[in-house]
Amino acid sequence: MNILVCISQVPDTTTKVKFTENNTKLDTGGIQWVINPWDELSLTRALELKDDPSSGVQKVSVAHVGPASNEATIRKALAIGADDAYRVDTDALDAYQVAAQLAELVKTGSFDIILCGIESSDYNGSNVGGMLAEFLDYTSVSGISQLEISEGKAIVNREIDGGKESLAVSLPFVGIVQKGIAKEPRIAAMRGIMMARKKPINVTAAKDIAPLTEVKEFEPPKPRPACKFVDPDNPAELIELLQNEAKVI
Amino acid sequence: MSVLLYTENWEGKFKKLTFELASYASGVAEMLGTGVTAVSIGSVDDQELKKLGEYGVGKILKADNEATGQFDTGVYAKIIADAADKENAEIIIMANNNAGKAIAPRLSVRLKAGVASAVSELPVSVSPFFIKKRVFSGNAVAGTEIKTEKKIVTLSQNSFDLAEKPADIIIENFDAAAGGPSGNIEVREVERQSGKLLLTDAEIVVSGGRGMKSPDNWGPIEEFAKLLGGATACSRPVSDEGWRPHEEHTGQTGKIIAPNLYFAIGISGATQHLAGISASKVIVAINNDKDAPIFDAAQYGIVGDASKVLPKLVEALKEAKSA
Ligand SMILES: Cc1cc2nc3c(=O)[nH]c(=O)nc-3n(C[C@H](O)[C@H](O)[C@H](O)COP(=O)(O)OP(=O)(O)OC[C@H]3O[C@@H](n4cnc5c(N)ncnc54)[C@H](O)[C@@H]3O)c2cc1C
Ligand SMILES: Nc1ncnc2c1ncn2[C@@H]1O[C@H](COP(=O)(O)O)[C@@H](O)[C@H]1O
Repeated sequence: MNILVCISQVPDTTTKVKFTENNTKLDTGGIQWVINPWDELSLTRALELKDDPSSGVQKVSVAHVGPASNEATIRKALAIGADDAYRVDTDALDAYQVAAQLAELVKTGSFDIILCGIESSDYNGSNVGGMLAEFLDYTSVSGISQLEISEGKAIVNREIDGGKESLAVSLPFVGIVQKGIAKEPRIAAMRGIMMARKKPINVTAAKDIAPLTEVKEFEPPKPRPACKFVDPDNPAELIELLQNEAKVI
Repeated sequence: MSVLLYTENWEGKFKKLTFELASYASGVAEMLGTGVTAVSIGSVDDQELKKLGEYGVGKILKADNEATGQFDTGVYAKIIADAADKENAEIIIMANNNAGKAIAPRLSVRLKAGVASAVSELPVSVSPFFIKKRVFSGNAVAGTEIKTEKKIVTLSQNSFDLAEKPADIIIENFDAAAGGPSGNIEVREVERQSGKLLLTDAEIVVSGGRGMKSPDNWGPIEEFAKLLGGATACSRPVSDEGWRPHEEHTGQTGKIIAPNLYFAIGISGATQHLAGISASKVIVAINNDKDAPIFDAAQYGIVGDASKVLPKLVEALKEAKSA
C-alpha cells in the first residue's frame, strides 16, 4: 500500500507578510519557507503507519506543484522520511490549477491513500484536497483527525459540527487532514538529512491548465483601535464599557 | 440566472448561520438583479424551510432521498451541481464550515467554477466578479477575481449581519439525479455533544491560556462564560497539555472563530493564536505582562493577575446583571 502526501510550502507563521509592486505581489524577501503545518503532520502520520508493518504501508511519497526553487522544501520532506518525491514543474497559480496537476500525477502512479492538509496557511483556500478528489472521482473525507488502516480500508475520525464520526472508507481515497492526525511533527535527524540527498525527486512537466481565480491585490487588515486599559481594581468599569460603549454584552 | 444557496441542516433544523448565509445570498442577488434559490439536502420540514423566506430566499429545492442520508461529499456536490444547472445559477454560496469546506472544492471542479473561500463581505463588483477574502491567517486580505462564468463563495460564520427581507417562498421537491450513496463510506460510530453551545456558534467566547497556570483554575472561566451565555476556548498549549478538550483550541491550527466578543485570559497573543481569533469584533485581554502582544490586538485590556482579576470581574458582571 502506498501513501502520497501533497505538500505546499508557506511562509513560516511568524513571518510578517509584506507586499510589493503596489501591493499586487507577495514580497518574498526575508521569508522563511516551511512545509505547510498540516502537511507536516500528514507526513508524520504516514510515516508512523509505515513504521508499523501490520498497516501494510510500503511506501510514502510526497508531491509538490512548484518551481525548482522550492526543492529545499521537498528535500525537507525527504529528510523527515518520505521515500521519494514528485514535483510538477510550474508555479502554483490557484487551487484548481494545482489540483489538476496533482490529479495528472496521481493517474500515472499507484497510490492508495492521498493526504492533503485542510488548508494552506498562506492563501487559506481549503480547496486543493477536495478538488483533487473530484478530478479523480475518488471518495474524499474532510476534517480527518485520526487515520488507521485495517483490512484494506482507511479508518478515520472526522470532525462534524458538535461531534465526531468514525468511518471506514474504501481505497483509494483522498483524506483531508486537520489537527490531531499526529501529535508533534516528526523532525529530520542528521541521518535523514544525509539520506535525503540521495533520494529521487521525480520532476514532471506541467499540463497546460489555466487557473480559475486570480489575486489582483493585497491589503493589510484594518488596523485595530489602540487598547483601552481598565484599572484591575475596578473591573466594573470593563463591564460598563462592554455594555455601553462596545455594546457587545 | 440566479443565486443558489446551499443550506445545511443540523438534525432537521437551521441555525443563525443559515440566516446569515441567506442574508448574504440576498445581498449578492440584489447586486446581480436576480433572486435566491436555496437547496436543502436531507430531511427538513416545510415549516423550518419557510424561515428562509424571512431573509429573501424565494424558492427552495428540497432534496430528500436515500442518497442524502449520509454525508458523502461527492454525492452532495453532485446534488448541488444539479440544482445549480436547473436554476441556471451563476453564483453558489455556502458556509465556510466543515461541510462547506468539504463540498465547495468538489463542486468547483464539477461546475468548473472558481472559488473564493472564507469571505466576510459582499463582492466589490459582480462583473468582473471581484471579492475580498482573508489570507495569510488573517494577516492580509486578498482582492480576488473569479474569472469563470460560475462562481462559488464560502462565507465565514458570524461575519455578516442578518438582514430581514420577507419574500414569498415556493418549496419544490427536488429529485436529485445523484443516485444512491456511493457505498465507499461506512459510518461506524457517531459521537455528539448535544446541548452544548458550539464554539463556532458562540457570539461570546471566554478563552484561557497558559497564564491560567492549572486546569483547576478554569472554574471562573466557565462561570464567566455561562453568565455571558458564551462558550469557553483555550490556546494550543492548554489543549496540548490536556487541560482542556481539543475542540476548544483556537488559532491557526485550531478553530478559526469570529465572535462579537473574545476574552483572552493569560494568553500571550502569539501570531498563530491571533490567526484564529483576529476577526473577533471586540477582543478583551487580561494579562499580567503589560507588553504582551495580545494588547496590540485587544480593544480593552486589564493588566493584572488573572487569578485575582477574573473573580472580581465575575462579581462585577453579576452585579451589573442584577442591577
Ligand atoms: C505551526 C504552529 C502552529 C500553532 N498554532 C497555534 C494555534 O492554533 N493556537 C495557539 O494558541 N497557539 C498556536 N501555536 C503556539 C503559539 O506559538 C504559542 O506558543 C501559544 O499560543 C502560546 O499559548 P499561551 O499564550 O497560552 O501561552 P504563553 O505564551 O506561555 O503565554 C502565557 C501568557 O500568560 C501571561 N500570564 C502568566 N501568568 C499570568 C497571570 N497570573 N495572570 C495573567 N496572565 C498571566 C503571560 O504574561 C503570557 O503572556 C502554534 C505554533 C506553531 C509553531
Ligand atoms: N503547490 C502545492 N503542491 C502540492 N500540494 C499542495 C499545493 N498547494 C496545496 N497543496 C495541498 O492542498 C492542501 C490545502 O491547500 P489549499 O487548498 O491551498 O488551502 C495543502 O495542505 C496541501 O496538502
